Amino acid sequence: MTSDVDATAPKYLRDKYAIIGVGETTYTRGSNLTTRALGTWAIKNAMEDAGIPASEVDGMMSYSNNDSTPSPMIAGDLGIRLNFYMDVYGGGSSSEALIGLAIGAIEAGMCNTVVVFRSMNGYSQVRIGGTGVRAAAPISGDAVHTSPYGWLSAGQNFSPSFMRHMYDYGTTPEQVAMVKVIHSEHASNNPKAYYKQRLTVDDVVNSRMIVKPLHLLDCCVETDNATAIIVTRAERAYDYRNTPARILAVAGRVCKPRIDMHFQHGPISTVAGYYIKDIIWPNAGVGPEDIDLTGAYDAFTFTTMLQLEDYGFCKKGEGGDYVSSGIMRLGGERPNNTSGGHLCEGYTHGMNMIIENVRQLRGEVDCYCPTDDQGRRQHTYDYSEEGGCRQVRDANISMNLGWAMPGTGSSMVMRKG
Amino acid sequence: MPQGEYRGMNLNILDIDHENVAYFGHCADHDFHLQQCTDCGLIRYPPGTACPWCQNREFEWTPVEGKGAVHSYGEVHQAIQTAFREHTPYMILIVDLDTQKGEPSEHEALRVAGNLVTPDGELAPPELVRQVGIGSRMRMVFADVGEGLALPMWTLDEDAEQPENPWRYPQEYNGV
Repeated sequence: MTSDVDATAPKYLRDKYAIIGVGETTYTRGSNLTTRALGTWAIKNAMEDAGIPASEVDGMMSYSNNDSTPSPMIAGDLGIRLNFYMDVYGGGSSSEALIGLAIGAIEAGMCNTVVVFRSMNGYSQVRIGGTGVRAAAPISGDAVHTSPYGWLSAGQNFSPSFMRHMYDYGTTPEQVAMVKVIHSEHASNNPKAYYKQRLTVDDVVNSRMIVKPLHLLDCCVETDNATAIIVTRAERAYDYRNTPARILAVAGRVCKPRIDMHFQHGPISTVAGYYIKDIIWPNAGVGPEDIDLTGAYDAFTFTTMLQLEDYGFCKKGEGGDYVSSGIMRLGGERPNNTSGGHLCEGYTHGMNMIIENVRQLRGEVDCYCPTDDQGRRQHTYDYSEEGGCRQVRDANISMNLGWAMPGTGSSMVMRKG
Repeated sequence: MPQGEYRGMNLNILDIDHENVAYFGHCADHDFHLQQCTDCGLIRYPPGTACPWCQNREFEWTPVEGKGAVHSYGEVHQAIQTAFREHTPYMILIVDLDTQKGEPSEHEALRVAGNLVTPDGELAPPELVRQVGIGSRMRMVFADVGEGLALPMWTLDEDAEQPENPWRYPQEYNGV
């Protein structure tokens, strides 16, 4: 199965909703802007991308770790009168979950078109790595079981899961480093990427150690940015400027058992994707073999690998082989994070990987290929050099694999509209 | 309210947080206790408000032996919190208690977190970090924080037979 998914017997709103517009700010370290200004900028770009007027956007959702500006301020800035809004607490894996909730709000008749956004000064204000204000806060209640052990940042929290995968399956640092290598190649063909330099396995494993098994270059790049995605019904989606990306299925914030402290329920090298796959594949009506490109969340090199493995793109324990084989490379069988993802483009809590896949499905990714007199990109499909192409040939079905932590994740499958 | 300062960090437990008050209170007595369900009899960690296996809200605090083996770990070389910066590398250990290991299902265990410390509760020096990996046998000690509050920590169990080569991350960094 490729592009002609069976939409005659929709299951769980399969194929009934679409993403009609995407937009973002630049990825910087030091935006010198408020999250309100960044959010306004990204949403404005997404509205222009869709060609949708403010009068036709009536829903807004966002997520944050109390580090952003809520919807009403930005809606006011853009002259959007809201029939629905909701700003929730959340980080990674919220993107796909909120798209699912946006579909639910529209389906319930609460509104017609929802913009989902994430705005963050993830470098210059509230650093995602946990330094600064986060590290200085008092430690109370349940957090006393973790933070006083110097067990606070995402890398510190996830490290026992990553380490155990190496122990259980013999996964090597060099295999996992290939995630960064490949994403850096992709980023070198992305004018927006914060880090565009191509790297080698040696670069990664010789970079300084942060928390074993994570070297500096196994970790994503904290950036300031905002991102926005516009969701509406499929039947309205063709009224707008670009080819819509049709949503086949979403799964949101699916958890392992004992999510209060997921290590209690092993295997600890198994992640939430183990449970997500039983929702996302049947609901989407496709399987791993049908997916042309993936957006497996790369907060760290390991998160990409663990997820691809547990979703069934390879056998359990063979994630190291999968990510180091070249399958994930542009020109490979199933490229992953063609924008360079969190490791290279910029850290957005997952939004940029959805935006990238929407553009890939349109066949209009913003690489360095020349444009015609209509402004359409004339793709060369030559990925070999920096500053080249990053459009995937015949990109018909994509998957996003969102990550909050080993115990929680989200997912979305889209097809070309 | 149990509270105190540990490595420059302010820790506190609200009085209404009865489960954590009792848990850390036992730790302050250097006596490890966990909640045991009065119905199914299973022990749970960390403290919670019901039994994850049978949903019973009733429990009793039961003494649990602080012994087990390292299930996995993280080894921090670049600290985030200022108080840890002069103590890198430090280890975050996830230790499978011998008590209730593999119950009620194969991959479940009471996996208790703590730093690798010396027998007197100080963060381990590099030469001790080098000796510990997955499979190392550990015993619990406590780091005192304040009135009614101490933190469980892990030190090598001198009385146990240690694995010859506990599994460690294959790449050394700064000699560790």
